[in-house]
Amino acid sequence: MDISFQQVGYSYAVGTPFEKRALYDVNGSIASGSYTAIIGHTGSGKSTLLLHLNGLLKPTDGVVRVGDVNITSHTKSKELKTIRKQVGIVFQFPEHQLFEETVEKDIMFGPMNFGVPAEEARTRAHELIKLLGLPEDVAKKSPFDLSGGQMRRVAIAGVLAFQPSILILDEPTAGLDPRGRKEIMELFYTLHKEQNLTTILVTHSMEDAAQYADNILVMHEGRSVLSGTPEEVFSNADKLSEYRLGLPRTVAFQRDIEKLFGKSIGRLALTEDQLAIAVSQALKEEGER
Amino acid sequence: MKEILSLDHVSYTYETEDEKPHKAIDDVSFTVQDGEWIAIVGHNGSGKSTLAKLMMGLMYPNEGKIRVFLEELNDETVWEIRSRMGIVFQNPDNQFVGSTVQDDVAFSLENNGVPFEKMVPRVLDSLAQVQMEEFLDHEPHHLSGGQKQRVAIAGALAMEPQMLILDEATSMLDPQGRDEVIRVVDDLKRAKGLTVLSITHDLEEVLLADRVIVMNEGKVMMTGKPEEIFAHGDVLESIGLDLPFASRLSRELRKHGVNIQGEHMTEKELVNELWTSHFNK
Ligand SMILES: Nc1ncnc2c1ncn2[C@@H]1O[C@H](COP(=O)(O)OP(=O)(O)OP(=O)(O)O)[C@@H](O)[C@H]1O
Ligand SMILES: Nc1ncnc2c1ncn2[C@@H]1O[C@H](COP(=O)(O)OP(=O)(O)OP(=O)(O)O)[C@@H](O)[C@H]1O
Ligand SMILES: [Mg+2]
Ligand SMILES: [Mg+2]
Repeated sequence: MDISFQQVGYSYAVGTPFEKRALYDVNGSIASGSYTAIIGHTGSGKSTLLLHLNGLLKPTDGVVRVGDVNITSHTKSKELKTIRKQVGIVFQFPEHQLFEETVEKDIMFGPMNFGVPAEEARTRAHELIKLLGLPEDVAKKSPFDLSGGQMRRVAIAGVLAFQPSILILDEPTAGLDPRGRKEIMELFYTLHKEQNLTTILVTHSMEDAAQYADNILVMHEGRSVLSGTPEEVFSNADKLSEYRLGLPRTVAFQRDIEKLFGKSIGRLALTEDQLAIAVSQALKEEGER
Repeated sequence: MKEILSLDHVSYTYETEDEKPHKAIDDVSFTVQDGEWIAIVGHNGSGKSTLAKLMMGLMYPNEGKIRVFLEELNDETVWEIRSRMGIVFQNPDNQFVGSTVQDDVAFSLENNGVPFEKMVPRVLDSLAQVQMEEFLDHEPHHLSGGQKQRVAIAGALAMEPQMLILDEATSMLDPQGRDEVIRVVDDLKRAKGLTVLSITHDLEEVLLADRVIVMNEGKVMMTGKPEEIFAHGDVLESIGLDLPFASRLSRELRKHGVNIQGEHMTEKELVNELWTSHFNK
């Protein structure tokens, strides 16, 4: 399902003294089956934008289109039923989506809610507990009696369990240990490829945005201000710094090395592998001269 | 050097309905000196947040003793001790009590009997330090993730604590915001001798610490200076951790036949060596 934003505006608490404009005139489109990263400074509107994608928030102005459903300020909640089944959101704070008595029940809730029989849901839950690197004995524990990173893993499992076709991830690796971070980002990527998921990742890790995304959307003060491939976006260091964003470590290192060489060492290094190859190649050539 | 915190054979098991509950903290001992910056690292569930809660006296060890500011932590001492500590919890939502940002930051000052004339500037200053001065009357629960973390940090700084415990306090900040907050804390350490215990998964932040405590399955696995800890790359990987970017890159470059002599923790050091060995002949 393709997604698009047309002149989307959103205000929290409209008509109260706390009214707060969070989005202004956001535009953009996300192709079915693509991987999009959304980056932006604290408070730039990333989470607010994501919450529009399954109708948890409805735009104050403009239209959010998900597949063939238009979401506007007038859309009724029951019109969003079909979308809710397709769109899985991993929230920024895992505590906001955990609620059942046990981890197992929590993970089973999504699939059962969409009609999957209990036994199958339970099987899925146990598979996911393993896949997300959780200790086997968490199944019967309360999701609130877990460490922060363990809660995060349960929240992710609960979303993957109902097999959405659009996967929305709001800083899914915050709180994960380094191995968990790597493995779970790889897991999302594998699912993205194998099941042709439309994946949207909000992240403060420029490295993850560079490595995984087909496209990047930059948010700044409630507006969509820049979009393009990682190469395009991260070639534009000056623009990014206007939006108080920096370069991925790989690209920043590449720039430092290029200063030494006084010339480019090739395409933008979006992964550590690419960087190591480019730098070693360039040093070899330099040595042979 | 003067001790500010010590744990002596501390163990802790959460009360649950499990038949065989395991120890979240298992025979942990270490000492922190006044003015040190300690990074605590470890896999998810290794016991870091439990340690933080024990140090604050939110619960007491089943075995062993904790001494803070040279006093044993117990029901009699906990309030006085806590009034000299600042903590930022892993989930900022769990620590908000005020209905506005400024009330929230003021709350613990009020509790500690700070007079009103002193309180107001301290609240404003600490919010300004984390760039949240424009949000004074916002509801803390109705902020973005990073803004919540900033307010929680301001709350801890306003206490003017002697010891600051940060439990993944910057995990949702953008890279620039993270650097800013760390700089504020580092300045306080230098200027006022603040002791910092920072629980983090950010290996680049670990490099700023004087000493690192590596937790694994409830036990202390290693302690040492960052460069000592990161010399054990394979061990760290085996317990779910990793090396900083520059060390990882050095390893990769060696695999590609680049001759790198030293162990480099930062990009700057690595670039310097590449410069001296390849260009500066
Ligand atoms: N529930 C709410 N009520 C009122 N204002 C809100 C609410 N949630 C967010 N805001 C405000 O809307 C703006 C955008 O917030 P949002 O959470 O979308 O930012 P973000 O880009 O996700 O930031 P972060 O990287 O810190 O998570 C912020 O200024 C924030 O204070
Ligand atoms: N309230 C609780 N009740 C029961 N067990 C708990 C509770 N909180 C944590 N645990 C368990 O205690 C162990 C240590 O948890 P702790 O929160 O200290 O880990 P952590 O090192 O902070 O992990 P993370 O990096 O994920 O935050 C884990 O096995 C966890 O499941
Ligand atoms: Mg957010
Ligand atoms: Mg923790």
